[in-house]
Amino acid sequence: MSRPVGPVFGKLDWSVTPYTDLLQTVNSSTIVGAGAASVLVLGAIAAVAVLTWKGWWGPLYRDCLTSPDAKKIGIMYIVLGLVMMARGIIEGAVMRAHQATAMGTLDQPETGLVSPDHFAQLFSTHGTIMIFFVAMPLLIGLINFVLPQQLGARDMAFPVLNQVSLGLTAAGAGLVMISLLIGKFGTGGWTMYPPYTGKVFSPGEGVDYWLWAILISGVGSTLTGMNFAVTIFKKRAPGMHFMRMPLFCWTSLCVAIMLIYAMPALTVSSSMLALDRYAGFHFFTNDAGGNMMNYANVFWMFGHPEVYILILPAFGVFSEISSTFSGKKLYGYTSLVIASMSIAVISFTVWLHHFFTMGQSAGINIAFGIATMLIGIPTGVKIYDWMATMWRGRVRMTAPIVYMTGFFLLFVIGGMSGIILANPSIDYQVHNSTFLVAHFHNVIIPGVLYGMLAGIHYWFPKAFGYRLDETWGRRTALLFVAGFVFAFLPLYVMGLMGLPRRSPTFQDPAFLPWMYAAGLGALLMLAALASLVWTFLVSWRNREALSVPGGDPWNGATLEWSSPAPVPEWTYPCIPQVTDRDDWGERKRAGDPWRAPDRYVDIEMPADTPHGLLIAAAAFALGFAMVWYIWWLAIAAFLAIPALLIWRGMRVIEPRIVSAADVEDEDRRFREFVARTAPITRAEESTPRNRGVPDCTEFAG
Amino acid sequence: MSDQGLYPGLNLGEGHGEAHDEAETTVFGFWVFVMSDLVIFGILFASYASYLDPVGLAGGPGPQDLFDIRSVAIQTALLLLGGTAYAGVSLAVKYEHGRDRVLAFLALCALLGGAFLFFEVRDFATQAGKGGVPQASGWLSAYWALVGLHGIHVFAGIVWIGAMAAQVLKRGLDDAVKVRLSMLGVFWHFLDLIWVGIFSLVFLVPLA
Repeated sequence: MSRPVGPVFGKLDWSVTPYTDLLQTVNSSTIVGAGAASVLVLGAIAAVAVLTWKGWWGPLYRDCLTSPDAKKIGIMYIVLGLVMMARGIIEGAVMRAHQATAMGTLDQPETGLVSPDHFAQLFSTHGTIMIFFVAMPLLIGLINFVLPQQLGARDMAFPVLNQVSLGLTAAGAGLVMISLLIGKFGTGGWTMYPPYTGKVFSPGEGVDYWLWAILISGVGSTLTGMNFAVTIFKKRAPGMHFMRMPLFCWTSLCVAIMLIYAMPALTVSSSMLALDRYAGFHFFTNDAGGNMMNYANVFWMFGHPEVYILILPAFGVFSEISSTFSGKKLYGYTSLVIASMSIAVISFTVWLHHFFTMGQSAGINIAFGIATMLIGIPTGVKIYDWMATMWRGRVRMTAPIVYMTGFFLLFVIGGMSGIILANPSIDYQVHNSTFLVAHFHNVIIPGVLYGMLAGIHYWFPKAFGYRLDETWGRRTALLFVAGFVFAFLPLYVMGLMGLPRRSPTFQDPAFLPWMYAAGLGALLMLAALASLVWTFLVSWRNREALSVPGGDPWNGATLEWSSPAPVPEWTYPCIPQVTDRDDWGERKRAGDPWRAPDRYVDIEMPADTPHGLLIAAAAFALGFAMVWYIWWLAIAAFLAIPALLIWRGMRVIEPRIVSAADVEDEDRRFREFVARTAPITRAEESTPRNRGVPDCTEFAG
Repeated sequence: MSDQGLYPGLNLGEGHGEAHDEAETTVFGFWVFVMSDLVIFGILFASYASYLDPVGLAGGPGPQDLFDIRSVAIQTALLLLGGTAYAGVSLAVKYEHGRDRVLAFLALCALLGGAFLFFEVRDFATQAGKGGVPQASGWLSAYWALVGLHGIHVFAGIVWIGAMAAQVLKRGLDDAVKVRLSMLGVFWHFLDLIWVGIFSLVFLVPLA
């Protein structure tokens, strides 16, 4: 397994690609591996070709990659998340295809589409990607785009740091991606528990890929959390008291605080594992005083809060859309705030339920079981608040509401199975079966995925100036709901029948019908993914008909709907004075919400800089070099990062000034457009008449 | 935001103008970073405590064999004096004593920090010579990681002091430099705080 280390290329040689494996042995497993690598290569070639052919390199560099604008950074995060999601969903489908063909016999257990080692890589990358490089970029991207606008701020507190955070996340994602082509990924699951992932049992590069992807992107997430928290504490518009903040800002605040306190635990557990692997330390080894329980403890000190980091932004989205699409004020604002904060706090007190069966006393298990069950209380409060918000409202079944309906039905099932698992005595029976897999997919897909897609649908017009196609949006949502039901509910049954999780094979034919049902679900999820891509394409083609320059296509109540769509880079021509919760809705009730500001002033914007891009490149090079023991490159890349920071500190960087005349010019045109455009009622908002100028009298009642 | 509740850092006072606003956000953000860093040290302290038993020691050399409390006392004195020296930087900035005094105190901080590192590295070398390498046991792994990470922080602080000295020379004491100096102050004092924990938990507890 272990290769010689050369001075220039480290452990790299031509034998590390999946094509070499294919040349050595031709079977379905190596074909799948080489096929996946080819998709990556072809995708990269296609991207380069399109950018060159369209002449988009310059605009991409100038307008996106070097921009410190939180709105653009948010969109880039979301694009990263969606690209990674495509890989994650396809991997899920390959795993289901494997399991549907994996019934072996006791004599010959190894069968099915891919080899057991390949299957283990699949579930490890699938979990790693979905948690760290899909869910996190989606929610961080959405917060980046929405939070400053909702707070009435122009940008994050630290725009360039924001760029660096994105760069570090992308570098981590890049490492996971490149592992498809160069070398192998680890096989220890997304948690990479030692001692299995220590040097003795996993000597190859796989665990190192995971470690460096996690360490690099983890630092990015920590910095993002700080940026969000400081933005919320310090950059709110005048009058935006805490209890006037939209709920999405509240859940973002919870997420920010959780990132600040939870991510360091992941950094520590991963660093210790790296020290074990690279320097022969004995934190988690079987011998010489190592103790892997410390890994489980520290990892889940991060890992448990992490699942609420994932879900809380979605809860924020559901709070916004339940109110907007039923034309009512959010029911129980204060209770939703308290519930969000309670969830954030309780999530730090339950981590031990991840190792109920690993040797602590019954008393400890009971305490953590009860703590775990408690989290159902604030979550239940939220569900009832959203239902009460919609109760007797004028609910429009737009795509976000279809997602929310699916969420109501399915997430509650997932929560219930969580309460079941929180009971240690039941957990002893089912914890390592597919029952558990069903449970966490049952909360993460209806919760995080539906929430993020609903949020993308909801704020898409604000970002790009046109709505997404409603029909295709609803089809996508329904496909994701149906796909989830078929793909994951059978896993509850199989888990109770005794099928272990992560098992590449089984011998009992009783599993087969359920395996086929789950396989069908995977196909539906693939169809949903295709439908999502198609939604974007169709909407882009019809962007003229779907355009909403008025900026308020859903007759919203929060501040971000007061600006044009797409939002100008300065967001607000002058910082709004907030007088109410749902300030924009109140201004509509009062009449004449689009009154022009009294005067315009010059606006300072942070200057464009390639800083984040350079740090991302250095971080990627550092990770790649460490994985392959290319020491000279690792040292150079490691030194480049502080050098870049020091170099930036030496220079005086002037902000870019947008002149008052330019701002006034664009703002006048926006207000004239609103004045001459016929307002539309809520009933018409899915029609081409919707130009983003709603009928404000609908807010009066 | 309103003028009330601005960050009460030492660099704020009459005649610092926009430094107020910048410090408000930036230094607060740095405090948040320090809190996060504190979590890292907190977990390493807990790990150290959990390996400090016969299983973690795994028959390797223990605290009695390795620790030299006199050297640790010298390191403590040097580091705390370094913290005191940073007060000189802060006061020189606050009362506008000019760049020379700021630079002199920065140099003193770097010197004391460097002396601390000298004694620390000397201890590490002695311990390694007695078989106390991090590969020897879980407890030694935890010891080297925790104390080593603090040492790396001190080293980073010295590099930062150098970078700030260069900025003071090149840019003068402009608002951005003042804000950064006050963040460096937070960091430099934070290292003292961590060291007090290390001194007590890592060295005194097992030797007591």
